[in-house]
Amino acid sequence: MTPLLSLTGVTRRFGGLKAVDNVSLSIGQGEILGLIGPNGAGKSTLINVVTGVHPATAGQVRFRGQDITRHKSYQIARLGLARTFQIVQPFPRMTVAENVAAGAVFAGGAENLVQGRAATRDLLRLTKLDRVAEAPAATLTLAQRKRLELAKGLAMRPSVLLLDEVNAGLNPTEIDEALALIRHIAETGITIVVVEHLMKVVMSISQRLAVLHQGQLIAEGKPDVVMDNRAVVEAYLGPRYAASMEKQP
Amino acid sequence: MRNWLVLLIGIAVFAALPLLHDNYMLRLGTTLAMYVVLAQSWNFIGGLAGYPSFATAAFFGLGAYASAMLQLRGIPMVGSWCVGGLTAAIFAALIGGAILHLRGHYFAIASLVIAEVLRETINSAPAFTGGGMGLNLPVMRLGIVQQSELFFYAMLLLAAVCVGAAIVVQKSKLGFGLRCIEQSEDAANMLGINTYGYKTAAFVLSSVFVGVAGGIYASWVHYIEPPDVFDVMLSIKPIVMVLLGGLGTLFGPALGAAIIIVFEEVVWRNFLMIHEAILGAIIVLLVLFIPNGLLSLVKRRLKPLKPVP
Amino acid sequence: MIYLQILANGIVLGGLYACIAVGFSLVWGVLNVINMLHGSFIVLGAYIAYFAYVYGGIHPFVALIPCGVVLFLIGYALQASVINRVITAPVLITLTLTFGLNLILNNAMLAAFTADYRKVNLAHPLGSIQIGPVYLPGDRVAATILAVALTILLYWLLRNSRIGRAIVAVRMDHEAAALMGVDISRINAITFGIGAFMAGAAGALLSIIYPISPIGSSAFLFRAFVVCILGGLGSVPGAVVGGLALGLIESFGGLVFGTEHVTTLAFILLLFLLFVRPTGLLGKRGYE
Repeated sequence: MTPLLSLTGVTRRFGGLKAVDNVSLSIGQGEILGLIGPNGAGKSTLINVVTGVHPATAGQVRFRGQDITRHKSYQIARLGLARTFQIVQPFPRMTVAENVAAGAVFAGGAENLVQGRAATRDLLRLTKLDRVAEAPAATLTLAQRKRLELAKGLAMRPSVLLLDEVNAGLNPTEIDEALALIRHIAETGITIVVVEHLMKVVMSISQRLAVLHQGQLIAEGKPDVVMDNRAVVEAYLGPRYAASMEKQP
Repeated sequence: MRNWLVLLIGIAVFAALPLLHDNYMLRLGTTLAMYVVLAQSWNFIGGLAGYPSFATAAFFGLGAYASAMLQLRGIPMVGSWCVGGLTAAIFAALIGGAILHLRGHYFAIASLVIAEVLRETINSAPAFTGGGMGLNLPVMRLGIVQQSELFFYAMLLLAAVCVGAAIVVQKSKLGFGLRCIEQSEDAANMLGINTYGYKTAAFVLSSVFVGVAGGIYASWVHYIEPPDVFDVMLSIKPIVMVLLGGLGTLFGPALGAAIIIVFEEVVWRNFLMIHEAILGAIIVLLVLFIPNGLLSLVKRRLKPLKPVP
Repeated sequence: MIYLQILANGIVLGGLYACIAVGFSLVWGVLNVINMLHGSFIVLGAYIAYFAYVYGGIHPFVALIPCGVVLFLIGYALQASVINRVITAPVLITLTLTFGLNLILNNAMLAAFTADYRKVNLAHPLGSIQIGPVYLPGDRVAATILAVALTILLYWLLRNSRIGRAIVAVRMDHEAAALMGVDISRINAITFGIGAFMAGAAGALLSIIYPISPIGSSAFLFRAFVVCILGGLGSVPGAVVGGLALGLIESFGGLVFGTEHVTTLAFILLLFLLFVRPTGLLGKRGYE
């Protein structure tokens, strides 16, 4: 079976810096993949390469067997690859319902705003945004905005959902809610890539982990196996552990 | 539906203007219709898409010159106006491809400079364009009154078509997409909006009616020269009108155009020496005190914002 | 040897252009405001120098400091009282606002000074200087030297004074600067004032070279645009590089295409640069 999404030797340079260095990775249908790594490891850049924001300098990205390396962002989105942003990007002066409807209109098959709103009513309930549906998006709390990002992504009827730090800045209760939501989405058959640096979050939800360090893929496999990997502990936990020790007097 | 009704009533009221048999009012009405075209057109790119375009003068001048040059070569007047609009639209599509990847100040400057380049180019090609001497248009075999009425109705029709286009766009997928782009272009891209295509469409929409208006203007005043039809004020005034009425709203541009016309007639005529300073003062007061336009004040009074639960 | 002469002309012109643009560039880079008043500020500086010379016999080279100070006060007051209120508004708003302010200032100058061109005719011009095969008017060279000296002084102040460091900090990251205790609105007003100072001083220098009229202000403004796009935004060295580049382009372009086309040439170059290097020559992205 060909994987749903596959990366072969993907590299992205910014000037002299290789933000993503020769990464090969494939993701199967219905999988939940955790993409982890310390800050600056190249996680967001990799997502940006896949979604066409920063086209790959070298290598190839395939989606359902089709080469999408040179596709534009909007084309990739229409093919069924949705993403959320690390820093949430709602349309601030539109209502929540309009925000979500936009996903349905431009990538989810709805013809116009009216259809788009009708098609996304359930999604608003699912993401617990139905009570604020007619409020401008700018008035939402952070947790609500994160859920709005999810709802917008889902409105596009994607087959793959790339979640870039969808839990950052949330409190433990909110994170648990968000994780339940992500599991629920996965059960509907949508493939999910979770980009995270919160270890607990990724461990509890991912079926498989991929670890980036300085742009390179240093480990990949089942979560417990990867976490025992010496390179991962050094690259990922080591600096963090050391940093946390330094802060204490 | 209500929007079309407002448009129809507006047209009906204005169409009756020649019944006054007042040439001054007719001239004023023609100018107002022209301003509505300029403001409404700018609203496509500046209001809906949020791109601060200063290219209106470029499209106007281009339409005026294309139309005038064709008329001097024997093309019928109305046909030449349409070609004027087409020329502006093609130019906008080409130049849009080159500058719509710029944002903010860079886009503003690029669009501003385009009018200057066109003006200088036309200035320095006297063989085709009359250069700095300007162009005289063919004399029409029509009475003064008939001419005034002809150009008035032509401009009114154009304004109606332009506002009609705005109503259609506002409701359409294009209008929705442009509003998304205005609020967050990155997010719009990720939602599957072809932002480049949408912005180009908005830029072309902001040019085509202005180009036709330039053509009608050329015929109306019989004589055009580069500083007149590429005047930077033609780029600034539409922005002021739209800001005055309400950015991105449907009838804000027309409202703003009407207010500016009244100001021009009532105030500036009496203070010719300082009329630019008065426009400047209007801009400053507008930006400081009603940045969301007059329509927002009306709306706020009509329906107070619901408190967010 | 005409090329050497053209080269020398271009360099002399470029030094003046750097001085014209450096204040504009600073304001754009630090405040994210395009100051459409900049051209009128230059003209106002030139008028003050003109009247100081005609009625007070003060040489423009001396008058440039008071010219700058007057403009600094005007700029500071405008920023503190008007522009600061909308400093965080979208580009369209700030741009339209400074355009409106410029309409007022320019119209006021037209009413006060008329559109007639005036020029300072020095009673004791410096004559011309010969370096090898190259001849240059002495006053022009002196003006350029002063312009460059002023620009270097600004550079030195930005790097070494307390306020200068604060300005640079705001340019790099105004949120971080605010957290560090920098009073942003005061720094904004001072920066705008400095931009106006440089315009006023440049105007004083230009008054002995170019005929001055309120209707000539947009030519200076557009040159400031071009220099900023050429050299990159908000840095003094960028303005110097851009100024020299524009000076050379204009002098050589004038030779090839005729002097009446140099402005168009500069504009087309500007559009071309924006097309191929949207990030600006120094790589800074053109976001709002």
